[in-house]
Amino acid sequence: MNDIPHHARIASASVGRRTLLKGVGAAALLGGVGMPAIVKAQADTVTFGHLTPLTGFLGPLGAYGQMGVQLAVEELNAAGGINGRKINLVMEDSVNPATASSKAERYIERDKAAVIVGEISSASALAIAQVAARNKTVFVNTGGNSDALRGKDCNRYMFHVEGANTQYVKAVGAAMLRDGLIKGKKLFFLTADYAFGHDLSRVAKRYIAQNGGEVVADELVPTDATDFSPYLLKVRQARPDVVISNLAGNQITNFIKQYSEFGLKYPFGGFGFDTAVAWGAGKGTFGGIWPMIWHHDVPTPGSKAFVAAFVKKFGKPPENQAWGDYVATKCVARAMIETKSTTAADLIAFFEKEPELDILKARKGYFRSWDHQLIQEMYTVTARPVAEVKDQWDLMILGPAVPGAETALSAIAPTPEENACTFPAG
Amino acid sequence: MPMELVFLIEQLLNGLLVGVAYLLIALGLSLIFSLGGIVNLAHGGFYAIGAYIGVEVGNRFGFPAAFVAAPLSVALIGMVIERTLFSRFYRADPILSLLLTFGLAMVIEQALRMAFGATPIPFSIPAFLKGQVFLGDFIYSRYRLAILVVAAAAVLGLWLLLQRTAFGRVVRAGVQNPDMVGALGISLTPYLTAVAAIGIGLAGLAGIMLAPISGVHPAMGSEILTAAFVVVVIGGLGSFWGVVAAGLLVGLVRGLTVYFIPPAAEASMYVLMLAVLLTRPRGLFGERILRFE
Repeated sequence: MNDIPHHARIASASVGRRTLLKGVGAAALLGGVGMPAIVKAQADTVTFGHLTPLTGFLGPLGAYGQMGVQLAVEELNAAGGINGRKINLVMEDSVNPATASSKAERYIERDKAAVIVGEISSASALAIAQVAARNKTVFVNTGGNSDALRGKDCNRYMFHVEGANTQYVKAVGAAMLRDGLIKGKKLFFLTADYAFGHDLSRVAKRYIAQNGGEVVADELVPTDATDFSPYLLKVRQARPDVVISNLAGNQITNFIKQYSEFGLKYPFGGFGFDTAVAWGAGKGTFGGIWPMIWHHDVPTPGSKAFVAAFVKKFGKPPENQAWGDYVATKCVARAMIETKSTTAADLIAFFEKEPELDILKARKGYFRSWDHQLIQEMYTVTARPVAEVKDQWDLMILGPAVPGAETALSAIAPTPEENACTFPAG
Repeated sequence: MPMELVFLIEQLLNGLLVGVAYLLIALGLSLIFSLGGIVNLAHGGFYAIGAYIGVEVGNRFGFPAAFVAAPLSVALIGMVIERTLFSRFYRADPILSLLLTFGLAMVIEQALRMAFGATPIPFSIPAFLKGQVFLGDFIYSRYRLAILVVAAAAVLGLWLLLQRTAFGRVVRAGVQNPDMVGALGISLTPYLTAVAAIGIGLAGLAGIMLAPISGVHPAMGSEILTAAFVVVVIGGLGSFWGVVAAGLLVGLVRGLTVYFIPPAAEASMYVLMLAVLLTRPRGLFGERILRFE
């Protein structure tokens, strides 16, 4: 009792209130640390570099992108690889545009990557595209939607499996027009405050103006916002006819959950969407009308085989981002096999001839030669009534493919007038 | 009352509700730092663990069971972590405990990612708390009012524990002068463990309460942690009500910012922190605690 216990000297270290301030900085830093990667270089292989965000608000989608590319490479290597050489896949977390740029640089210089596949953030995709163009290496964008990537920022070395914002807007826009949600209506926009959201909002406003609707508000929402209640109160204040989400990633999950929480009665939907965000919202909460680039219920033999292989390997159905990275990898491999080459010039020449590509949809797709956009069918989804939901993946009813069979696939793609692209020389 | 004003007040009240949610996390953070000097960067991780345990228990046994199980099991985990890890760093250079909890935060996030996947896990508001409450022109989510009640009860309970019990007296004395507490023959060890369990348990409580509103995903902890730190810094060390006031203030300012300049919503609390630090370096109600100077 008389001895001063040693733990009484607890404060002898000079811990200060400034330490706490360092904590704020460190806490902010935590959000920005990417996942490490293990890279094994191998001789006599073709290296595919894969980059996608694994952390942050797009991280959940990136995880599926990695699964998609892994499955594709596994299948390709099992079938003999590329011209007798196995594919060596390197994957990393792209984190943000600056990190994405330096990692792309490293793939090309250190790993001698023949091609870079991946990305979801439009801002990071632009950063990778610039590195790819400078080093004359093909980059296949599997998740960046912004029209600007195919327009003013386009370059010869970048191809887009992901749909452009215009394709998404025109796909779901047709369904909204049919349901009377645009013409003569007041629409309230909530827009993700970064490159993708700004671009989508611009494209969507053009579409709505052309079709007789009026955008009464466009609220920019920070990408790290998790609480939508103040925005929903503003929606209630504005009394719109329709509420539109131009949000991204986890934002959409939270938006849908809280929209249901506040019980707002206005019909809602969005111009950008991914399956995983609806899975996160859950049964009875998911609602609205949304565009889709691909869905695991797409009724084609190719899609069914892909879904079966994916479920076998990962124990759950693929998300649309898995489709993007899977299809991109398969297309690049086909180009390498048919041209018996891995050089960028040969791959570009192959795709610019606009060969028909199997993209697991009813109609084949092709990369349009003047902007390198994959021209393809799109879909829409709506909520499946709660009583009919079979399991946690079965929340959506897949609408028919857009455009319809009689219409050219390019009908929903941006026109040269809407989104001019001139490849920089060199 | 003009409608414009009604909507402004509605935003302010809603902001207070949001601030209350920050509080549950910030109070534990403040308590653990004040007594042990540990800057717990893993606090957000415990919040996420609370949400995941809540989802697992809730899907099997219903929300009330999850509401009890999540904070208790997270508090238990907190006790183990305190005994095995934190306790080794109380007397070490603070940079070491900073590194420890930084690493712990990443381990928790990646462990959740490996165990549950990166995609958000669905978890809905329980049926008995669904719906809205209308008070005149104002609309409230019934569930958020429930959060308000739970958080207010937790804050009040914690205050009574610290102010009105023998336990609280030792803790408060330990914050001010641990050497003197030791000289009086009181071992702080069990108090440090208890405080870590309470603080971390509160984070677990916040996790289960916020799980139905914001997505349940591995990074949810790091999403909320910075805001919680900002609340602690604005409130000031050693001041219970300082942290409470700061939590509410951050919520209010955020509500106001969304109303007038929406894109600046997330930035508003940092501006607030800057302004407070420039005028009151110890935070709003921060006391001058000799060992922290």
